[in-house]
Amino acid sequence: MKVLVALKRVADPDNANKVKISPAGDAVDTTGLEWKTNPFDEYALEAALRLTENGKAPKKREGEVVVVTIAPKEGETMLRAALATGADRAIRIEANDVDLDGRLVAHALKAIVEAEKPDLVLLGKQAVDGDSNQVGQRLAELLDWPMATFAATIKEEDGALLVGREVDGGVSTLRVKLPAVVTVDLRIVAPTSVLSKLTAAEAGFKHGDGVRFAPLPAIMAAKKKPLDVKALADVVGGNQLATKYVKFERPAQRAGGAKVKDVAELVEKLASVSKVI
Amino acid sequence: MSDALVIAELSEDGKLKKSTLHAITFAQRALPALGGTFSILLLGVATQAAAAEAAGYGAAKVLTCEDAAFAHYTAETFAPTVAAVGKGFGLVVATATTFGKDLLPRVAAKLDAAYAGDCSGVAVDGGKLVYKRPMFAGNVFGYCTLSTPIQVATARQSEFEAAPASGAASPVESVAKVAPSAAAGRVEFVSLEAVKSARPELGDASVIVSGGRALKDKFMEVLEPLADALGAALGASRAAVDAGYAPGDFQVGQTGKIVAPKLYFAVGISGAIQHIAGMKGSKVIVAINKDPDAPIFQLADYGLVADLFTAVPALVAELKKRA
Repeated sequence: MKVLVALKRVADPDNANKVKISPAGDAVDTTGLEWKTNPFDEYALEAALRLTENGKAPKKREGEVVVVTIAPKEGETMLRAALATGADRAIRIEANDVDLDGRLVAHALKAIVEAEKPDLVLLGKQAVDGDSNQVGQRLAELLDWPMATFAATIKEEDGALLVGREVDGGVSTLRVKLPAVVTVDLRIVAPTSVLSKLTAAEAGFKHGDGVRFAPLPAIMAAKKKPLDVKALADVVGGNQLATKYVKFERPAQRAGGAKVKDVAELVEKLASVSKVI
Repeated sequence: MSDALVIAELSEDGKLKKSTLHAITFAQRALPALGGTFSILLLGVATQAAAAEAAGYGAAKVLTCEDAAFAHYTAETFAPTVAAVGKGFGLVVATATTFGKDLLPRVAAKLDAAYAGDCSGVAVDGGKLVYKRPMFAGNVFGYCTLSTPIQVATARQSEFEAAPASGAASPVESVAKVAPSAAAGRVEFVSLEAVKSARPELGDASVIVSGGRALKDKFMEVLEPLADALGAALGASRAAVDAGYAPGDFQVGQTGKIVAPKLYFAVGISGAIQHIAGMKGSKVIVAINKDPDAPIFQLADYGLVADLFTAVPALVAELKKRA
């Protein structure tokens, strides 16, 4: 199976409360925050690796994993990290976040899919900076491919994937014939969430919990793996940016911090001050 | 001048989901920029009862499309018809449930429309719609405009109240199904395993009791009596879910459900950024934690520094005394 994984670099989500707004209120300022791979995209990469290996022999790639990002030159650090964990090739489309919206990103990825012809495109369900949650769905529509969003489990079948999706109030299971687009939720990296056909044949096999880390020799070897660079204009046709952010602001801070001494005082306050019980 | 189209969500047994009423409120707030009216579109196998209910909220029209192919929702079967009907409108909106978040971006792509997802507000400025969106796990609000002729959006349920009944009945019209494209033939609905619970749903609950990893395998044993005493829904932090102490659909946070109840109890939850993103819109927040430095206390209206294994049963006893 050939899998294309779309990655986005985002400002460190563990310090998202330190994101600043420019004095004019017209831009988000993430200066001082480290760039990280969007966590959901990292999970998508881990899922792609699990789908292209026998879990018992993860060093041998059974198929191909290609990673793609749309980012300035510095985004190549993230691509090299992906190559070190097991991806075979990388593509970077040169652009800055402010020049993109979900519609343009989907058009760009469509062009990459048409050139690469993968069996599967895997992405995170959303990037944790824009929190927009649209690229996978749009890409599937542009390609006229089936999709499964919010995937918590993926089991490979002959020419299809059985996908368990986390939906409101339960789990929805879809079978999508390949080629398809799948966007992943966080539980996709649990030990038995993703099973390739080869891994499924190993009774009782469990992957490690979470995403894998690259050993040092792999990090060195990744520097020699192919990394192509493309211009945004060459992959979006004549499409223009259609989303414009006119203002940013921080949410109002809560006036919290008050303490109560015991449950009796808590119940009293809830009943007579806040009047919520 | 243009109109707004609200995409209704139906349950598997064909009932109108209450979540739809929040998208109606979004559409009503957007109308001053559009200058027109709003209609509601329902897709299902038998939509008569749901359409009759949807007709009670002041829509210009309730549009229904009935087909056996709509027995189980998939974006691939729904999107072609939704997009074909949506072509006649300036704004297509649904509530940002997993249904809306799955379907509407696909519809937007079909219409080549820009999309504003999970909006917490919509305003009219200089005749244009300005969408307010939470970004960076709720640490920033971005205000955006979209420049495509048709605009598509989803509304965060907790930020738009349910539309009140209008007292009148909108006319109901049926529309033709649009033949789906190749993608629909390559996706198969297998099952929907709904979690059965007598408790209110997290998205609708006015009181929520959430627990963290500190509860360990006593999660249900400790929290259920408190939830019962308050008529509350149960929630959990990501840490508690990841550790297997609570099921996945309990999760409150950036990657789980975003909630804004009247009263939120955070029990044994330290207050990680991603959890706070999902509950900081709650009206009153109570935190119970034995670590006085836990970040959740900075947010809480009432913080109780105590061992939850003794404090929660004591709280249940105190609540029962007043009942």
